[in-house]
Parts: sequence; C-alpha cells; structure tokens
Amino acid sequence: MRNKHATQLIFELSTTGRSGVVLPECDVPVEDIKQLIPASLLQSQRPALPEVTEPEVIRHFTNLSTLNMSVDTHYYPLGSCTMKYNPKRNERIAAWDGFAQLHPYQSEGSLQGILQLLCDLQQMLAEISGLPAVSLQPAAGAHGELAALMVAAAYFSELGEKRTKVLAPDSAHGTNPASARMAGFDFITIRSQADGRVDLEHLKENLGDDTAVFMITNPSTLGLFDDQVEMIAELVHNTGGLIYLDGANMNAILGITRPGDFGADMMHFNPHKTFSGPHGGGGPGAGPICVTETLRPYLPSPAVSFCEETQTYYLDQGSEKSIGRVRSFFGNVGVLVRAYCYIRTHGPDGLKRVSETAVLNANYLLSLVKEFLEVPHGDRCMHEFVASAMPVREATGLKQPAMDIAKRLLDYGFHPPTVYFPLTVAEGMMMEPTETESKQTLDAFAETLRAIVEQSAETLHNAPHTTGIRRPDEVMAARQPIVKWTKTAD
Amino acid sequence: MPYTYNTPAQQEEMLQSIGANSIDELFDLIPDSVKLGRPLNIPPALGEIALTAHMQELARQNTNITDNTCFLGAGSYDHFVPAVIDTLASRGEFYTSYTPYQPEVSQGNLQVMFEYQTLICQLTGMDVSNASLYDGGSAAVEAMLMAINITRRTSRVIVLESVHPEYRQIIKTYFATIGTEVVSVSDKSQLLDALDETTAAVLIQSPNFFGNLEDVATIAEQVHTVGALLVCSVDPISLGLLKRPGDAGVDIVVAEGQSLGTPLLYGGPYLGIMACREEFVRRLPGRIAGQTVDQDGKRCWVLTLQTREQHIRREKATSNICTNQGLFALRAAIYLSVMGPQGMQDVASLCLQKAHYAQRQLTNLERFETLNDQPFFKEFVIRDKQNDVAGLLEKAEDFNMLAGVALGRWYPQLQDCLLIAVTEKRTVREIDQLVEILGS
Repeated sequence: MRNKHATQLIFELSTTGRSGVVLPECDVPVEDIKQLIPASLLQSQRPALPEVTEPEVIRHFTNLSTLNMSVDTHYYPLGSCTMKYNPKRNERIAAWDGFAQLHPYQSEGSLQGILQLLCDLQQMLAEISGLPAVSLQPAAGAHGELAALMVAAAYFSELGEKRTKVLAPDSAHGTNPASARMAGFDFITIRSQADGRVDLEHLKENLGDDTAVFMITNPSTLGLFDDQVEMIAELVHNTGGLIYLDGANMNAILGITRPGDFGADMMHFNPHKTFSGPHGGGGPGAGPICVTETLRPYLPSPAVSFCEETQTYYLDQGSEKSIGRVRSFFGNVGVLVRAYCYIRTHGPDGLKRVSETAVLNANYLLSLVKEFLEVPHGDRCMHEFVASAMPVREATGLKQPAMDIAKRLLDYGFHPPTVYFPLTVAEGMMMEPTETESKQTLDAFAETLRAIVEQSAETLHNAPHTTGIRRPDEVMAARQPIVKWTKTAD
Repeated sequence: MPYTYNTPAQQEEMLQSIGANSIDELFDLIPDSVKLGRPLNIPPALGEIALTAHMQELARQNTNITDNTCFLGAGSYDHFVPAVIDTLASRGEFYTSYTPYQPEVSQGNLQVMFEYQTLICQLTGMDVSNASLYDGGSAAVEAMLMAINITRRTSRVIVLESVHPEYRQIIKTYFATIGTEVVSVSDKSQLLDALDETTAAVLIQSPNFFGNLEDVATIAEQVHTVGALLVCSVDPISLGLLKRPGDAGVDIVVAEGQSLGTPLLYGGPYLGIMACREEFVRRLPGRIAGQTVDQDGKRCWVLTLQTREQHIRREKATSNICTNQGLFALRAAIYLSVMGPQGMQDVASLCLQKAHYAQRQLTNLERFETLNDQPFFKEFVIRDKQNDVAGLLEKAEDFNMLAGVALGRWYPQLQDCLLIAVTEKRTVREIDQLVEILGS
C-alpha cells in the first residue's frame, strides 16, 4: 500500500552525516593520497550526493515502485511492446553466479557453459527466422536495425554500388527512419494503402538502382500481415536492393512463417518482447540480428562458434569484411539468457502455440471492441490491432478522444493501449493483449472500454479522476526544462 | 504451455465471438506459399524442473568470480553490490513495467529517472544527464555523433589510443558508415599536432584503459582553442576522489555505469552514462525526465524534450535510441543513494590504496616492471620480463585466481603486459596470494 507521506525526492530526505553503507577498514598499508595522485587531479570536496540510511533507501524506492503500473500488477495491452508475462524461473536462473558473475575477459575455457548457450541461441534464432547467420551483439531493437543497415552499407560498398536510399512505409516505427539516417542513408517514406498494406505503385515509383534497403514491419504495426510481401521482396530484389524485416511483431508468427521464407534478407529480434525478457521500466532489451548467408561476412564480430576438432566453444572474430563492433563485450547477455530459457521452455510446439494464442486473444478482443469503436482495417488481425476513437470524437466533440479514453482507463486500473501510433490511423488505439492474458481479463477490459466510450465528454476529458497525479503539464516541462533537482535556499 | 490460461472450451467461445471456425483460420492472411508447414527444428520443451537442471549444468561449466578471485577489469569491474539493490530492482513494479508513456501510472519510474539524472550530475559535475544509454561504448560513440551535430564539423574526430580498444572499435564501425575520419593519436603531443579547426571532437578516457589518469583540464583547454569539444569517458567510482570532469572543462562526459551496482553479467546488460553542459541539452540522445506540475498543481515528472526523439522526429531525431537502460539506471540510483558522499569516498580510497599496494608488491619482484610512472587509480599495467603472460594467467587459474587481462590482443607491442584491477573487495590476503603465485 502506498505511503501517503512518501512524496519527497531522495535528496530531500538527506541529513548530513548519515550513510547507507559501512565499508571495511583498509587492510593494506595506507599511503598519503597526495603522494599517489597530484593535487591538481583531486577533488577538493566529497561528491554532493544525498546522505541517507539503508532503511530510508528501502522505503523510498519501495514506495516509488508502487506508483508504477506493471505486467505483474496490471493488464498492460500496450500495442507494439508485447507486454507479456515475465517468467520468474528465468529471472532466478539469470541471477545465478554461473551466469551473472562472469567477467567478459575470462578465458574461453572458463566460459564454456555461457558460450554454448549463446551458440545454441544463435542456431535457434536462425531456425526461427529462416535466416542462417546471427549476431547477438546489438543491445536493442533499434541498435539491431542500425547494425543491419551498416551490414547492408558494407555489402554494397564491397559490390562497388552506390546505393543511398532506405525506404519504409508510413506505418513504420520511428526507429526505422532514425536508424537509416544514422547509417548514412537518405530516407524515403512509402505510403500505405487504405487497407493498411504497402502501396505497391508508390513503392515502384521510388525503387531504383539507388535503393539500398526496404524496411518492412510484417506483421505491420497495424497488426496486419501484408500478403504482398513476396511480391514486394521480388520488386526490391530485382533492383538489387535488400529487404529488412523489423521483427517487433514476431510474437504473431513463431513457427508459422519465417522472415527468411517470405523474402527478408535481414531482421532483428526483440527478445525482451517476443521471448519475454522483462522491459525493466524502459530497458534493457537486446536486438540480435539474423541475415542471409551472403551477408554473413559483414556481421558485427565476434560471434560464438564451435570447434569440432577441440570440441570447444570460442569467440569467432569473423571475416575481414565484418563491420566490426557495435557494442562493448558480447552485448546484453543477461537478456539473451532469459530468451534462451524462454525458447527452451516452449520448444517447437510451444512457440507456435504462443503465436496462436496471441493471435486468438487479439482477434477476440477485436471482436468485442469493434462493437463500439471503429476498427478501420477489418475484422481480422494478427497479434494486435488498431482501433480508432473517431466515433467518440463525432459523438462528443472531444478533440483528442483517444487520449481521453486512455486517461479514463487508468481510473479503472488498466494500462491503456498505445495511442496515436501508427501515425496513419486517426485517434489510433493500438491494442496488443499477448498470449498470457485470460479471457476473463479481456472481457473485463472490453466491458470497461465499452462503458467508458458511453461516458460524458466532461468525464472523459477530466480523466483520470483517481490517480495520484492527473495530466501533467508536458508543455511547461519542455519549455522550461527542469531535468535535475537543485537545492533551494532554506 | 506454461504461461497461458484459456481452456479449450474458452478458446471455442472466443472463436465463436470472432466468427472463425479454427485458430488456423486466423492465419489465413498469411499466404500458404510462405507458411512453414513443419515444426521448428529446435529442442523440445523443458518443464521448470528440467530447465533448472539443464541450466545448472551450463552454469557449472563457467568459472564464476564468486568462487574465484577476480583481478580482471578493463571496463568491467568486480565492485561490491549492496543487497538493497537486488531487493529493490527485483520488485515487479520496477522490472515488469515499461517506458513511462502514461505519466500518471509511471511516476515511480519517472522519479527514479529524475533522481538518477540528478545523481549523475552531482557525481560528474555536469549540468544535465540523460536517463542512460546502452553501455559505456555506445555512449562514447553517441557523444561523438552529438559533438559533430553541435559543431557542424563532419570531417574528422580524434580519439586517444588509451581509450578502451572496444570503444574505439565501435566508433570505427559507426564512423566508417557515415564517412567521418577517425584520427588515432597515441599521446598529448600527437594530439596537439592533430588538432585543427576541422576537428569536431576529441575523445579521451580518464582513468584511461591502462589505469592512468589524464591531465583532463589541460587537454580541455587545448581542445577548446580550436573550437572542438572534449568528450571524456570516466570511471564513476573514481569520482569519489578525483576532480569531477565538469570542473575540468569537459563538454560531454560518458561512462560505463556497471560499477554502480551491477554485477559483471558477462558484459551486459550494462549502463551507458552521458551528461553534458546545459547548452547542449536539446542535442542529447535518449530519454530525459523533467519536472513539471499536474493540473492540480502537484509536483510530478514526465518524459521531456521528446521532440529530439525518433518517435516524434523520425529521420531528423538526435539518435535512433528508443529506450534507456531503466532497470540499470535504477540500480545506479540506489547505489549512489546508499553509498552517499562518504561511501563513494571510502570506495574510491580503498581501490586506490589496494591497487597501489598490489602494484608495489608486484614490481618489487624481479620478474615484473611498471609500464610508466604516471599516476593511476585502481588499475595498472605490469610488464613480464620473461614474456609469458599466458603462462602466468594459466598458473593463476589453477589457484582459482583470475590474475589480469592480457593486453597483446589489442596492443601487439604490449604482448608481455598484464592489466590488473584491484577493487575494494580484494583483501590483503588475496593480493599477497596473487603476488606469491605470479612471482613463484
């Protein structure tokens, strides 16, 4: 239960002279610090950190945690984020000394267990994606996109081709264009048709011998599988370009179809979504990438390989064509350990059932929601769908009904869907129930939503009514940024 | 299916509501030509008991630093992690939540971000911090990209060879793609020669990869004379004693934050720290939390300055970065809170004294000599006059001791050298044992 008195910042709890930790006495002969370090490099005073005790720290942060909605406590259908249950067995295992207390520069001989795990994970991701060559190094999905686009750039450079453009549909995640720019490409937005699929004519107009990569999210951010994908791949491949698959929505197609089989040359996984690494309040994730055999030499190095002769696992520094490192050490291994546990827990049938259940849950929720909200892209979806609150705008005159409904959901103890994304749906509400929610939860959510859309404009617009704070002033926060605490005179 | 609930009867009801005959029918959108049509070729499912046994088997094949004594560093350090950190960070409300898109139900995470940003500013002496990036290495490259955006000088940057070799490799990878020249210099005089009006930024590390302290303030002055920016990678633990980079003229500070309460984790996930001067705040990559008030006037926190970010700006964003390392920023915030000024000073002093004791004892031996006589913090290099670093490491491993990091893989001229890190966790007995083993 939230403690009503716990409203201070840690700095405001500080009392001079307190400390939360007692360190041991120095057990080696102590030298005068000034003999070891020149005075010009030393600090004249101690860092101005807060001074609090261990119990104060525990109470402060425990109370802060109670201000969050989370998957462990609430239904969290945040579209595109795959907020599924995070298995506790994976948390426990990843924290064992045999995984958590390993230094990245230990000898390979002392790391055979973790190297085997990573090597096997590479193979499993290759099989799930249908793309044989894997790099586990990228630290997040966006980082994987960037690494893969660098791979593409290195590949074209090797071919002696000057390809300057990366294309993606208007429904793409913002990371796609941002990654393209960081990898040195120009970015072109391709229109979607009214039905949410890629506008092939517009794509054709923009394809040419300067096309490097077409990035596609399939299933798309609208929760639709673009059945033109083979044709799109053929068009792009005919110009000599590559297809990148944004793997954000892999939760819909595990064991059902594989990006490598529908024409993708490169992709990333989001193990923190699809394979249930916890989202950690905004990270860490991981962003392993899988590519075709042709692109393998360009992957970031190192990867893990198995030496048949010595029967040992080792860090393979890769070919001279490798783009090199994109991250220090071996990437977000802790997230990968959880992904490995998740895949091993499910096996081939289990992974397929994950996707089947996720798609069943999403379609079921869609069947309930379409009764009172508009769902512009049809009666069927994959693992998520985008509803539109436009009917509520018409009925109530509210300017931003999706926002108002989202805020009202908070009063009923539900985390809202993703709102105003993708940009192609007016008053969009993107709902992704995931496979780990029960029918009862989906029923309760839909019933609540139904009740909310019938409420008065005033009730909606003034929501939330019951949360600790209500509609913070974001404009003020951006106009006069206060991004750290400063001590005010007493 | 361990984590789903719906019974076959419920699934039937759900299909009826949808108006579908089977689950298979829901996948009709996918053309048959691309359907897999066979089970995935991955190992069969394991129940919790079998999985636990399998993972124990894998874990046993790793030498862990709890059962062994760790003198390895080179960017990843065996510092003490107070128990409160695991207790708090394993609360489901923290680790199973996500990016605070709905501030009303994310005040916990937002306030943690705000406190983290403040703590990083207090520690580094910088004006503003973001809410973290992936790791020290990618923070370094993001800082260099940021410096290019600020100075509008796209042709070249300079990196000291004493910066972590893997960080330099990351920079090489990123900059090869965008076509900016990365000039590598070995010391201060080469740096002076290389600096010119086309240089966007200089990256240094202090303590550097070899553990030595750079004269940051002097370098900052030189870098600023040509209008370039100084990016400095620091060891956050060292700031319990050493002059803060913000007081030494650094423009952008980056750091690997693993030392602040995160175990080694075989290299990740870690924490990328980035802080800068006030005037660059709108060029910072990554999430930032800001203070505001709600409609009733209550103080609260939101994500702010989002117009820098990819979900708004798309191809014009300051970076493609989407999330921070929330859980590890939380760990660092708890660490710095529980340590406080005294704890940070004590940890830094213990590291300093113990590392110097170890260095003295080792270099008293006939077999070893120091590489240079520059001041160092918690890490130092020794040269093996018998040129058998591999043999030394192997011998130490037999005594459950991870003695150091061999430098030859990055610096061929240092193939007879060992980099040794000594944290506050090492005891005089362990240090004496290391000296005895390496000297025998």
